[in-house]
Parts: sequence; C-alpha cells; structure tokens
Amino acid sequence: MANAISALAALGDQTRREIFERLARRPAAVGELARELPVSRPAVSQHLSVLKAAGLVAVRNEGPRRIYSIDPHGLGPLRAWLDRFWTDALENFRAEAEREEAP
Amino acid sequence: MTTTIKPAPVVKSIIVKVPPARAFAVFTADIGKWWPSTHSIGGKFKEAVLEPRAGGRWYERETDGSECDWGKVIAWEPPSRVLLAWQLDHNFKYAADLVTEVEVRFIPESAGATRVELEHRNLERLGEHAERISGMVSRGWPAVLEHYAAAIS
Repeated sequence: MANAISALAALGDQTRREIFERLARRPAAVGELARELPVSRPAVSQHLSVLKAAGLVAVRNEGPRRIYSIDPHGLGPLRAWLDRFWTDALENFRAEAEREEAP
Repeated sequence: MTTTIKPAPVVKSIIVKVPPARAFAVFTADIGKWWPSTHSIGGKFKEAVLEPRAGGRWYERETDGSECDWGKVIAWEPPSRVLLAWQLDHNFKYAADLVTEVEVRFIPESAGATRVELEHRNLERLGEHAERISGMVSRGWPAVLEHYAAAIS
C-alpha cells in the first residue's frame, strides 16, 4: 500500500511525470533527460531518486553510465493509471446519471 | 527470491444526486452512454456493453460490429451492488485466466442521493500474470503509458 501511495504522490509532479513518460519510451541517463527538459541535471537526479523510491523506475550501470528505465516488475504505474481511469470514468457516470434525472 | 507485489485496491467513491435504483441503471444498462471512449482496447470503440445478469459478458462493441471482451458479471444485485470481473492484463488484452474484481456498491444517502463506491482489487494478479508471460511485459508498457499520458493531459 505504501508503494502505491508513494507512486501516486511521485507522479503528482509534472516534471516527474514527464521524466517517467520519457523513460517509458526509452531508457536514458540523467544527462540525456536534463538536455531534453527545462530543468537542471541535479533536479533531474532528485526527481529520479523520488521515482526510484516509489518503485517506478529502476537503474542499471552500463560502464560509467547509470541508465534509468521504468521498472517493468513494479505495478505502481499501472495502478496509478487505473486510479486515474476510474476517477475519470466515475465523473462521466455522475454527469450522465444527473443529466438523465434533470427534467 | 521472488518478491510478491501486492498493490492496494483502487477505491473510489462519488455522490450522485439520484436514487440508488437510478444510479444502478445508469451504471449498468446505460454504460454505453458514459463510458469514456478514450478507454477502449479495440481501437474502433463504439460503446461499452454490460449484460444485466450474473454470468453476463462485459465488453466493448466496435464501429465495425466486432466485440472485444473485458470480462464478466460475477454478481448482479440491483439496486445495491454489481461485481464485475475485469479480465484485461497489463497489456490491455483480454485474458480468460486472469480475474481482477471491480465491485460497485450503491449506497443510499439522504435526499434521494446515492454514494457509489467502486473498488478495483486483486491487482497483484496482474503481476502474477505478467510473471507468467514476462516476455510480453516490455511490449505492454508503452500501451499502458499511452493511456496514462492521455489520461493526465
């Protein structure tokens, strides 16, 4: 449960969502992410450590480089997606139920 | 050593200003009117369909008339509860041997309103399923993330 909550909290930040989505498309090192995003390298490192603590990303060493990727064994991202999914779906449902009730 | 990941259920609740019978009917019989078209697995989404009985199917109908299964109705208890089997794996493909449960409870509130509580549970089974077909995991994530990105944008 702690993991799921920390995953949701971790993805609550816009920059972290962007980093996460970029890593989902392809693994990357800190420097590559910092070049593509309007944030400093230390800031990217900080965001990555939050994502890693939440079980959302994994890191491996390739020679001198540390390559970050999303953690395919973590269910955090999928659960976060479902959480958002049901929020949206229920909001649609409420609108429809109350629309039909209106005269 | 294998680590078992057991995520908490997704639990949501919303108040609708209609009585439980109406809320139940809109959630089930009228699911085609509100299910977000963005949340489709077939690609040519026309509408969601939920057959009104235990053992009924839960699926989406495509614009070309074809159907994509999502799961089954496990329990049908109008106007208070419906229990659905969500049988989509981490790759958003139907998997007959995978069952995660979506329970929807319709609880009367004052003034003719209803609290709708939804719980999507057994999410750890998605992980077990992913383990069994681990080769699919790397292909599955981009699809999940596309949905995810669409949902947050």
